[in-house]
Amino acid sequence: MLELRNVGFETDDNKEILHGINLSVTERFVAITGPNGGGKSTLAKVIAGIYQPTSGQILLDGVDITHMSITDRAKLGISYAFQQPVRFKGLKVKDLLSLAAGKNTSVNEACAFLSEVGLCARDYVDREINASLSGGELKRIEIAMVLARGTKLSIFDEPEAGIDLWSFHNLIRVFEKMYEQTKGSILIISHQERILNIADTIVVVKGGSIEKIGPRKEILPALLGSADAGGPACSVLTEKVEGVLGA
Amino acid sequence: MNTIEQNLLKEVADLDSLPIGAYNLRSNGQLEARNTTANIDIVTKTDKPGIDIYIKPGTQNESVHIPVILSKAGLKDLVYNDFHIGENADVTIIAGCGIHNCGGGDAQHDGIHTFYLGKNAKLRYVEKHYGEGDGRGKQLMNPTTVVHLDEGAYMEMETTQIAGIDDTFRKTTGDLAAGATLIVREKIMTTGEQHAVTDFDVDLNGEGCSANVISRSVAKDVSRQEFISRINGNAPCAGHTECDAIIMDHAQVLASPQLTANHVDASLIHEAAIGKIAGEQLIKLMTLGLTEKEAEDQIVSGFLK
Repeated sequence: MLELRNVGFETDDNKEILHGINLSVTERFVAITGPNGGGKSTLAKVIAGIYQPTSGQILLDGVDITHMSITDRAKLGISYAFQQPVRFKGLKVKDLLSLAAGKNTSVNEACAFLSEVGLCARDYVDREINASLSGGELKRIEIAMVLARGTKLSIFDEPEAGIDLWSFHNLIRVFEKMYEQTKGSILIISHQERILNIADTIVVVKGGSIEKIGPRKEILPALLGSADAGGPACSVLTEKVEGVLGA
Repeated sequence: MNTIEQNLLKEVADLDSLPIGAYNLRSNGQLEARNTTANIDIVTKTDKPGIDIYIKPGTQNESVHIPVILSKAGLKDLVYNDFHIGENADVTIIAGCGIHNCGGGDAQHDGIHTFYLGKNAKLRYVEKHYGEGDGRGKQLMNPTTVVHLDEGAYMEMETTQIAGIDDTFRKTTGDLAAGATLIVREKIMTTGEQHAVTDFDVDLNGEGCSANVISRSVAKDVSRQEFISRINGNAPCAGHTECDAIIMDHAQVLASPQLTANHVDASLIHEAAIGKIAGEQLIKLMTLGLTEKEAEDQIVSGFLK
């Protein structure tokens, strides 16, 4: 179980991004949502150790990991799928899946992970993680790496970003399957209703702190009903859209 | 052959024993072993050190291994190897030089390789340089490669220098007739105080010929690298040169690609990029459980693979 106690984060130039975050991830599937720039990705990075919190404490299964390195947290069982996956010249898909799995994965094993994310494995196993891959392909490989790790806590930062609508349906299935088959917890940052719709708990992060937290049934209807969930609508745009529809 | 020499052979030619097919093994300046086949002849030069390798026209799927190993300190070895590859032949040549220098002076190998590819001949040429020693003497290598491609000939050259060469000047020149293709892939890593200079000079003379020179390198510690490539388009042709370098620690890298178009239909492109390992690449691999050092090693070895 992951626990954040009064966690805060300030940038080097003293800009406060997160403050007073108290969060216990006890459920299997927790979704973090909220407006852009509210601190969601920073929160995920603080959990993964990419940023060190400037105040508060982070515990994983009762162990204080606040000052642990990225590597040590990964070894303890935290996985993190980047919002914008990184490219590597020369490293192949199979190489990264092997590193993720912590062993030399066979072609069959690599294929199993890639098929999960909707990639035809044979075409991808020997591809380099370079500029020849599209954003959507990279994103799926990023998710496959987390599947290959199979850790007790998997963090996904906006997995839907960069994935086309056609593939999105399959992506939902990936998370549903993960939920059914793995014993770990999934922490997912998302704006997508269909992802929020399969979460046990929804956390709304806004202005660097938790605005709301609770079971999906309580939080989701309010979110969908409120314009605030997506930020204030632009009146000029609204009028234009209505004008077009009216004509 | 002793264990040191066997190790060198393994490093430069991936050989545990004598290879199948034609070969010429040179050890400490002397001929150690040679084998010829019905289609491939190897003849010792009489006017200067070195060999002539004759591959008959139409020879298909044969290979020639010509490793050179130096395990005596203070030895300076200079050879001229000429390769005559007949029309329509399709062969692989594996060259390599390994130096084990146990101190007491510099060990140096300068190989001058000249290739004559006949019409529509196809060659894959693999060259690997490796050095090891206790640091008291330097390992020096200055390979020169001269390539003459006749009409429709195709040559792929893979050259690798990953470890142990203190000072190297690698010169490659080429001239291409109509429809010929030259592809060069170079991989270099320098560490410590090593210094490596790579110099390519390719003349695209025939209509429809093309050259692609791709260099990937890693410079560590206080090592220095220079990459110079000149592609001269003298006909309707295509030329591309690319230098991609990772710089680390206090190393220096100089990339100087040059293009000269002497014909209006010469299409020439150069790319050069030098940069350190991206922080996010390290972070990504660390989130998979690797330490920073392990992540760095993976990135470097992947880049040079």
